[in-house]
This record gives sequence, C-alpha cells and structure tokens, in this order.
Amino acid sequence: MEHIHLGAIDYAILIVYFVFVLGIGWVLRRYIRSSEDFFLSGRSIPTWIAGLAFISANLGAQEVIGMGASGAKYGMMTTHFYWLGAIPAMVFVGIFMMPFYYGSRARSVPEYLKLRFDEKTRGFNAITFAVMTVFSSGISMYALAKLLELVLGWSFHASVLVSAAIVLAYIFLGGLTSAIYNEVLQFFLIVLGFFPLTLLGLRDVGGWSGLTAKLHVVATHAGYAPGAWSHLWTHTNTASANPMGVDWFSMVMGLGFVLSFGYWCTDFLVIQRAMAAKSMSAARRTPLFAAFPKMLFPALVILPGMVAIALDATRGGLLPIGSDGTPNYNLAVPVMLAHYLPSGLLGLGLTALMASFMSGMAGNVTAFNAVWTYDIYQSYIRPGQSDRHYLWMGHAATVFGIVLSVLAAYATTRFNNIMDMLQLVFAFVNAPLFATFLLGMFWRRTTGHGAFFGLVIGTLVAAVHHGLVLPQGAVVGIKGGYLGAVLHVYPSEMAQNFWTAIFAWSACFVCTIVISYLTRRVKTDEDLKGLVYSLTPRITDHEDKWYKRPATLGVVVLALTLVLNVIFW
Amino acid sequence: MKLDLRLPIGLMFTTFGVMLVVFGLLSNRDIYQRSLGINVNLWWGLVLLIFGCVMLTFALRRPST
Repeated sequence: MEHIHLGAIDYAILIVYFVFVLGIGWVLRRYIRSSEDFFLSGRSIPTWIAGLAFISANLGAQEVIGMGASGAKYGMMTTHFYWLGAIPAMVFVGIFMMPFYYGSRARSVPEYLKLRFDEKTRGFNAITFAVMTVFSSGISMYALAKLLELVLGWSFHASVLVSAAIVLAYIFLGGLTSAIYNEVLQFFLIVLGFFPLTLLGLRDVGGWSGLTAKLHVVATHAGYAPGAWSHLWTHTNTASANPMGVDWFSMVMGLGFVLSFGYWCTDFLVIQRAMAAKSMSAARRTPLFAAFPKMLFPALVILPGMVAIALDATRGGLLPIGSDGTPNYNLAVPVMLAHYLPSGLLGLGLTALMASFMSGMAGNVTAFNAVWTYDIYQSYIRPGQSDRHYLWMGHAATVFGIVLSVLAAYATTRFNNIMDMLQLVFAFVNAPLFATFLLGMFWRRTTGHGAFFGLVIGTLVAAVHHGLVLPQGAVVGIKGGYLGAVLHVYPSEMAQNFWTAIFAWSACFVCTIVISYLTRRVKTDEDLKGLVYSLTPRITDHEDKWYKRPATLGVVVLALTLVLNVIFW
Repeated sequence: MKLDLRLPIGLMFTTFGVMLVVFGLLSNRDIYQRSLGINVNLWWGLVLLIFGCVMLTFALRRPST
C-alpha cells in the first residue's frame, strides 16, 4: 500500500506523548523503595486507576489491530469476545475470585498456587506464564513495527528498538506504578484518539442501518445469509452458516466459558492490576468497574473494521490484497485511519495506536518481571536474599524481559491474524489453568498432586488435540496436524482454537478430580483458610454504599450485557 | 497518593487540544475532504481541550487524596 505522509503537527503530537510517558516514569522513580513498590505499586492504587489499567493492559495488539481485523473478517460476531467472553468473566473474577487473590496476600498468581497447592504447581505455572508473556509482548512489538513499516515506511528494526527502549525506560524507572499510570494515560488516548474514526466511519456509511445494508452485500458475496456479518446469534445454529465457522455451543463453551474465564480469571497480567489496589473492596471493584467501558469497546475497535469491509465491498479497493489473494484484514484499522483522518487527528490516531501496543507490551513486561523475580528467582535460584537484592533483580528482569520480547518479535512472522495465534497460546496455557483454579478455590478436597498432574495433562491434551486437527485450508505445521495424522478439519482457526480450549479444560477438570481422590490431602482446613471458598468467612459488603457493593455492580453489568446481546441478536 | 494522575492526563490533553484547535484554524480547508468536509481538528481539538481542562480542575481542586 501507499505510505501515509505525516505532517509536522503529527510528529509533534507523537513527541508530546513520548515526553509525558517518560516524564511519568521519571517522576515516579523516587517512590520505588522496596520490591513491593516495584512489583505491586505498594498496594496503593485507587479503584478507578486500577480499573482502567485492568482494561488497558489487555489493550495491546490483539485488541486494536486484531479486533478491527476480526470485525472485517467475521463481522458482528467478533463482539462475542466482549459481550459473551470478557464481561461475564470480569464479573466472576471480581465477585468470586478476587477475595482469594487479594485476601491471601499472594504477590502473584503462581504464588497463590503455591499457597493453595504446592511448589511444583507454582513452578509449572510460573514458567509457562513467563514464556507466554514474553511471546505476547513480542507479538505486540512485532505487530507495531510491521504496521509502522507498512503504513509509514519506517524501518522495522528501528521501530522495534525505539518502542522497546521507551517501554524499558518507563518501567525501569517507576515499576508497576509507572506501567499502570501510563496504561491509564493510554486508555484515554486510545478512546479519544479512535472515537473520531468511529464517528466519521458511521456517518460515511449512513449510520447503523447503512452499515448493515452494506454488510448484507459483504455476506451475500461470501455466500452466506445476508445478516451473517451483522448479527450476534442469528447465524450460529451451524458452524457453516457464519464466517467465523463456529456454532453456538463451541462459542459459549469455548470462548464464553473456557477461554474468557481462563484469561480474565487467571492471567496475572490483568490480575496484577487488581492486586495493586489499595483495599479488598477496591480490588474486587477493579474488574467490575473496568467492565463498564469494556462493554462499549466494540464500538471503538470492532466497528471500524466492519465499516472497512462494508466500504471495501460497496466502493471497492479499500483493503490491500495480501499475498494469498484475500484482503489483508490486519490493515483494516490503519487503512481507516488514513482514509478518514486529516493531518492533525491522524497524528493523534497513530499515537493512540502506538500507545495501545506499548501498553500491551508494558503489561506483559511488568507481569513477567514479578513472576520471574518472586516465583522463579526468589523461589528456586537465590532464596533468602535482602529485599534490595530482589528489587535489583526486578530491574534486571525488566531489561532481559524486553530483550527476550524483541527476540520473540523477530520469531513472530507466520500468522495473518494475530488474534488466532494469541488464542492458540491461551488455549494451551490458560484453558486448563482455569479448571485448576475453579477446583482449587471451590473444592477443598483438591490436592497438590491433582492440580499439578491435571494441569500437565490438560496442557498435553491441548497440544495433542491441536496436533491432530487442522483448520480448513491450512497446511500441516504451526497451525496444527503435526502429530502425523489429521483426524478432523475445523471450518476455521477460531473453531479449532475454541475446541482445543474445551478439550484442554475438560481434561484438566476431570483428571484433577480423579487424581485428587487418589492422593492424600496434605493441607489441613486451617492451612486453606482464606484460600478456599467454603473455609473462608464471607465478606460482608454492608459497610460500602449500595452502589459500591460488588454484587450490585456485577448484576448491573450483566443486565446491561444481556440487553446488548438482545439488541444485536 | 504519590502523584495525582489527573494532572498529567489533564496537561497532556490540554496540550493536544490547543495544538489541534490552532492547527484546525490555520490549516487549509482542502485537507478536510477525507473527513467528509468537517474540520475535525478544530472540533475534536475542542473536545480534547474541554476534557483536559476538566481533568486539570479536578487535579488542582482536590490535591492528592
């Protein structure tokens, strides 16, 4: 595609943003005295900040570019990632799981696993998590650099190095607080930078009714029923009736239950933001508060993708064609930015785009350095050192976490939809983990051996399933089928990932129960107090005002989500 | 709290707002063809300016709670 030319005003906006990002890190550096300050912000973050950081840490490459790409590729059904996936899971983690995470005073998700189960379960989770975060961060960086290369003609290597250096600088200076503060700044920048695009796009296609009319053309061209791009549930009776290639059952079980709960309830990247909150009730409100803006995000990140495909089909030639002959969906959002925004707002939009990548990267790096330092280094390599030593290690981990991400960025080149690759990683790691947490938190009979072997078997089942199936049209390799036989072909990568997650979760769930019955309980009820639901005194919310109580907030959030599902059915 | 986050947010968006409003007033009309003929820099600049000022007001009125 043709490169976009930026004016002086666009560069000026970008530079002002970098000055603020680095300035925040610089101001906060004085407050980092202990490792707890560096990794958990000294547990002092107010709800609204923790809540916005909770969303923003997840607002990386997969959200802005991936969701826009999926909006173009799959249409309205992409919204399931929010209204079926993220929101219910965020309510669940706030109401039911946060009391154990925050209440146990664990400093990380793996550390909770050590308190609840044993050393090996923690070790397994810490190592897989560390690998996963490095890859996520690498994907973020790769996507950013690739995009800047394509859209602006900037050098890929320079983009990787500059974005890595900026993230490194502000985390190194101010630790998690700096990452969280910058995430909130990025949150506002992303909302205010992208919203003009949504407004202009909608105005251009003739509002919602104009958009659906154009999407009917898209759907009929692709051989689906007219509404396939503009409905949530209408075309999910069979997998072949919608572009995602997913039926309602695998949607609800795979995405709605296993993948979303697995991600939002167990991924330390997001949980860390809530753990940094200043009190138990602030920690519980963090994901609930975050759910309100999250609910509206499809308008910001998915809608531009839908407008792009609608205009591409009716006016032609908007999306560049990739090497495989299909439109390059990953460029949907950047193309829209260039299409509608004049110099000035274009700079703001691109700055917002860069902010989203950097917040995704920073989120991963802060989660990585905490897990590395607390759960790997302090536990297995050099236990019993002074806090000063671990603080030093945190700084060092930030540096090599970023170096590893850069390496991962260069390794990430094979997928045409970033979302699919991330879902694959989550399916392997998070899906079985959610079964472990569910049993660990709500069934006191779960034993350490049960949890550990259940988790290992769940992850293996994910790998075996993925190795024996393929999505339609893919070749044997990283996309599956590498175990020698292809037993089943799914209609899409999305369907394959959902089923990988369902298999992994079920295997972990069943094996954990069976092995727990076969092994002896080591931890007494007294040990498990504060870690298991039935052994923990109920939290009474009566001291909070009614509108601040987690249960009230949760019900309101779910009711609104239900209404959205019905409206766009 | 250590640093009232509303302060940098307010400062940054006020700066962006001023930059866009000024640019919107000075820029050639032709560049707004792609934004459907609307001077989006001016209008959105005003939105950012108002947002920035609201954040600043909160930050300066209730210093670090």
